[in-house]
Amino acid sequence: MQNIAIKVENLSKAYQLGEIGTGTISKDLARWYARIQGKEDPFLRIGETHERANKRNLDVVWSLKDISFEIEKGDTVGIIGRNGAGKSTLLKVLSRVTSPTTGRITGKGRIASLLEVGTGFHPELTGRENIYLNGSILGMRKKEIARKFDEIVDFAGVERYIDTPVKRYSSGMYVRLAFAVAAHLESEILFVDEVLAVGDAEFQRKCLGKMNEVSKSEGKTILFVSHSMDSIHSLCRKSILLKHGQMHCFDASEKVIPLYLSDNEVMPKKSGTGEINVSSLTLRDKNGNNLDFLNAYQEVYLSLNVHCKVPVKDVSFALCFNNIHKLRVCSLWTNFTDKTYNLEPGDYTLIYKIPTLNLIPGSYELVTYIESKSRVIERIDDFKEITVGLNQDSPKRITEPISTTGVYWQNFTAELHRNNA
Amino acid sequence: MNHQQHDWTIEPQSSLFDLKLKDTWAYRDLLWLLVRRDFVSFYKQTILGPLWFFIQPLLTTIIFTFVFGNLAGISTDGLPRPLFYMAGITAWNYFADCLTKTSTVFKDNANIFGKVYFPRLIMPLSIVVSNLVRFGVQFLLFLMVMAYYYFIGAKFSITWAIALFPAIITLMALLGLGLGMIISALTTKYRDLAFLVTFGVQLLMYATTVIYPLSTAKSNYPDYAWLIEYNPMTPLIETFRYGFLGQGTFSWFYFGYTAIITLVVLFSGIIIFNKVEKNFVDTV
Repeated sequence: MQNIAIKVENLSKAYQLGEIGTGTISKDLARWYARIQGKEDPFLRIGETHERANKRNLDVVWSLKDISFEIEKGDTVGIIGRNGAGKSTLLKVLSRVTSPTTGRITGKGRIASLLEVGTGFHPELTGRENIYLNGSILGMRKKEIARKFDEIVDFAGVERYIDTPVKRYSSGMYVRLAFAVAAHLESEILFVDEVLAVGDAEFQRKCLGKMNEVSKSEGKTILFVSHSMDSIHSLCRKSILLKHGQMHCFDASEKVIPLYLSDNEVMPKKSGTGEINVSSLTLRDKNGNNLDFLNAYQEVYLSLNVHCKVPVKDVSFALCFNNIHKLRVCSLWTNFTDKTYNLEPGDYTLIYKIPTLNLIPGSYELVTYIESKSRVIERIDDFKEITVGLNQDSPKRITEPISTTGVYWQNFTAELHRNNA
Repeated sequence: MNHQQHDWTIEPQSSLFDLKLKDTWAYRDLLWLLVRRDFVSFYKQTILGPLWFFIQPLLTTIIFTFVFGNLAGISTDGLPRPLFYMAGITAWNYFADCLTKTSTVFKDNANIFGKVYFPRLIMPLSIVVSNLVRFGVQFLLFLMVMAYYYFIGAKFSITWAIALFPAIITLMALLGLGLGMIISALTTKYRDLAFLVTFGVQLLMYATTVIYPLSTAKSNYPDYAWLIEYNPMTPLIETFRYGFLGQGTFSWFYFGYTAIITLVVLFSGIIIFNKVEKNFVDTV
């Protein structure tokens, strides 16, 4: 209880649907005149019933409902949820852009919020002038900006263009400069909405690195909204999952992310003749513990549970990883091990042993593939989404990616076991 | 560390009379940077730059001199016509600019207000200060015209009331700011008020002693002159003219009356503005 940076109690935010009033005085006057004459409201939408109680209920939508949580100083917390779950509204209320309908928020320390990159940038002004303007919009004093100026320019990498109007900047430079200003704010609390999506991968990594750095070295409290589970996983220790404006859970990111992903699952696309079906996949570490996601550069076991309906000969299995750009980065095809299997009706488990998982941290889509003599038995294109992270405790941590294209050969062995019914 | 001590609290309702002035003071650097932005961006986008500041009052003065002076023959209290009109226009323009520009502050800044928090009062304040730069340039022009008429020997004299000049400017700025903020708060609900403002400011100019002296109004319409006298802008324009040109009606009573009206308008403006500011993002 000692080091609470933000305390949110029963926070709710309601929005009125439809138009509030009619928007013009003349129409409001006409409406008022109609009412005193006992006539019907001339601006009522067609088909709308004039029942007050009914109307009240329909026209108010709770964008946030009874949210309560406490965030400790120096913590990094991710906010995840589908579109419309209330993530951005929560940040808006927290950063005082709009006020809550009910509830109370208390906190300690200066807030910097980055709900949009480059708010208040003026195209005619130079990079230098915009740094000062943007910094002070975000709440910095002039002398603070002057002190951080070189750092900001350095981070954004725009030294050469600092006296050029920003309208001549490339969009990448623009975004870098804008993020740099916000990241160097002298604040104790930082709110970041999904703003990194605009930059390239290199820049995103740099931004995440910077946020990680400020949270660790300066003890900044960070609230971070993102749809990218990679970013959430690598940056945030804890996460809040919002669902329809309500707080679904608030726990360690490792627990919240799989919950969000499993909730998001769509019906996979299936094709093939269908004599054999894949039923499930489990991930385990070398000690046999179940995993929710994989850790890069570690020994992992993937067990594919399959059900066979009729006898099939010369069966081979493949488990393939597609990256977020739908690019196949590696395939674990049992044909590579020069082995095919003859299956009888029943349940089987295929266990892949991967001595060192050479996947770059990120999220991947798993494709399962079963074939026999070049005939596709079953192919599921988006079987499961998995996240590969970096294990922070791992002493043998390798920071360099294995391959720049991401496509590579993965060492593995596979064994097929028949399950006793 | 005592965990009961919190730096800030966000609640649905805040006190009506919490004017957030302390908050605004903390952002004073932003005020200057916004003023600078307005000036620099205006200057950069035009060929003639600040010359535009001269052209507008100059042309208006010429037209007023011909239409109201020569054609209509309205008295100027014995002052050279261009000088009389320019005094009125320079002062009136500052008030009118403050009013019209602050009245659209929510609409013009919806984008930035929706994305970042800073004391919203900074925006209208920066408009008033930005306009002060413009007024300064136009005032310089007025002084130049004054100097010209002095050398050709026109009949006018500076009086002690010139010492009230800073007070006149401050009152005009605050009156424009206060009215503008009230209107800007209302326009978030009623968009059509914005049209009324441009039109209303024009009409209001004719109800103020910009193109005629108060003395003429009093002698021609003794029954209705009180309408003009109790217009809070009239004493300011009259005092301005009395101070710089020695003609006009000055009265401590009316000047004090304007000051009180201004303060009332300003405080109601800030209160209404702060009230609307909290949730306008949701309705705009």
